[in-house]
Amino acid sequence: MRTVVSVMGKDTVGIISKVSAVCNECNVNILDITQSVLDDIFVMVMLTDISASNCSFADFSDKMMSLGKENCLDIRVMHEDIFNSMHRI
Amino acid sequence: MINLNDIMETINMISEENLDIRTVTMGISLLDCAHSDPDVACQKIYDKITRLAGNLVQVAEDIEREYGIPIINKRISVTPIAMIAAASGGNPVQFAKTLQRAADATGVNFIGGYSALVHKGFSAGDEALIRSIPEALSVTNNICSSVNIGSTKAGINMDAVKLMGQIVRETAEITADRDCIGCAKLVVFCNAVEDNPFMAGAFHGVGEPDCVIHVGVSGPGVVQAALKKCPDGDLGQLAEIIKRTAFKITRMGQLVGCEASKRLGVPFGIVDLSLAPTPAVGDSVAHILEEMGLEACGTHGTTAALAMLNDAVKKGGVMASSSVGGLSGAFIPVSEDAGMIASARSGDLELSKLEAMTAVCSVGLDMIVIPGETPAEVISAIIADEAAIGMVNTKTTAVRVIPAIGKKAGEELEFGGLLGSGPIMKVNLTKSPKKFIDRAGRIPAPLQSLKN
Repeated sequence: MRTVVSVMGKDTVGIISKVSAVCNECNVNILDITQSVLDDIFVMVMLTDISASNCSFADFSDKMMSLGKENCLDIRVMHEDIFNSMHRI
Repeated sequence: MINLNDIMETINMISEENLDIRTVTMGISLLDCAHSDPDVACQKIYDKITRLAGNLVQVAEDIEREYGIPIINKRISVTPIAMIAAASGGNPVQFAKTLQRAADATGVNFIGGYSALVHKGFSAGDEALIRSIPEALSVTNNICSSVNIGSTKAGINMDAVKLMGQIVRETAEITADRDCIGCAKLVVFCNAVEDNPFMAGAFHGVGEPDCVIHVGVSGPGVVQAALKKCPDGDLGQLAEIIKRTAFKITRMGQLVGCEASKRLGVPFGIVDLSLAPTPAVGDSVAHILEEMGLEACGTHGTTAALAMLNDAVKKGGVMASSSVGGLSGAFIPVSEDAGMIASARSGDLELSKLEAMTAVCSVGLDMIVIPGETPAEVISAIIADEAAIGMVNTKTTAVRVIPAIGKKAGEELEFGGLLGSGPIMKVNLTKSPKKFIDRAGRIPAPLQSLKN
């Protein structure tokens, strides 16, 4: 299953590293990363493959959410299909 | 990879603009539960609902989590209970209590279908069920009731209209100690649809499969936010924006419906393309109309703006779904819409304007609190007016009014949750329609019914 990890918040050093560390810990493969900083707000979207993950979707999502809370970031993990269905015919 | 802006747009819709799936509703046929012994029938009903819908809440919560889209309500609609109760006779309230037990066991928010279809006349079980509605709604918390009293094909059953005026009043009186909440769970329909996933009017029609999943989408906040980005566009441009937004919302509904259907092993029914407001700020249909340029919802121009909104929502949504059904359009429940509540409080929105609006929107006079002194025949006349609009225009109309027992115009009722709170609206009580209502009988079907 492919999921989209979105990260939003104030730009600080090491955000990508921290998010990638959680992916590594869960054995989640990163397929693509898009990132930009708009008006000091950090926005990153990561496409990941969780099929070989060592934890469930719910655990991966919880880990990302708690990472977000610790670092004052809004991190969400969502199934890729929600975006495909809304924005592609 | 998907465009960054598209991803941010979706996340923004969910986190800032209250985009959600309003309901995933499982329709269950109870026709095979009919039995001459009411106790056996009730047991069969309980067993069937808990067997088919036992996982409904869990599956919906899993989807909610994986797709990151809130699913606000998980509900069940069942075959009109009047049909099942007819086989066994006895007091139909027993069936309402069984449905409540099933609702508790499955954890759903509501079960709809304590209903009777009497648009051309009463058959066995119908009148007993209708007369039991006040008691049934007072002894249960999560059961919704609806009665279809007219249709374009059959005309209006004025005997039923007369009776329903009394039943609405009795329901308010019996639940007066709980802000007359019973009436918030009771709808009187003309042209009721068989696959409606929304409460309080959901029931599982006899033409439906044994079990089916319907989805109702929402998203007034998203439409309002999209219109805000176009402050100077003409109405054609606004219609285009609404269509695009409705398309996206509906695609999401379609995805959730298909996924729920797959996981539950139940066929997918329809997506109901409704804009369903909530009392939350930023989730109001009235505010969309105001964004279109009206100073307040209820002023002159409101009907035209609503007509355009309703039409654009359907046009945008229809291509996004494999099967569109239910009520599909914009809802205008007064107590459930922050903008409507404000307009009703300020006096900008009156009952007569709401009636006109129901001619062009998806349902009818919905969640309107009326003075406690309103007599039954006036409630019947309100129902008859609304049914006439539905009958002649070949559309669904409904009445869900709440007589606020012991209170007068200007005071408020507080229901809480999605049902919201409502200022008591003024009803024209100076002249009586009593003689008209007392004539009873049937208003014949209009010429529109002769299409064959």
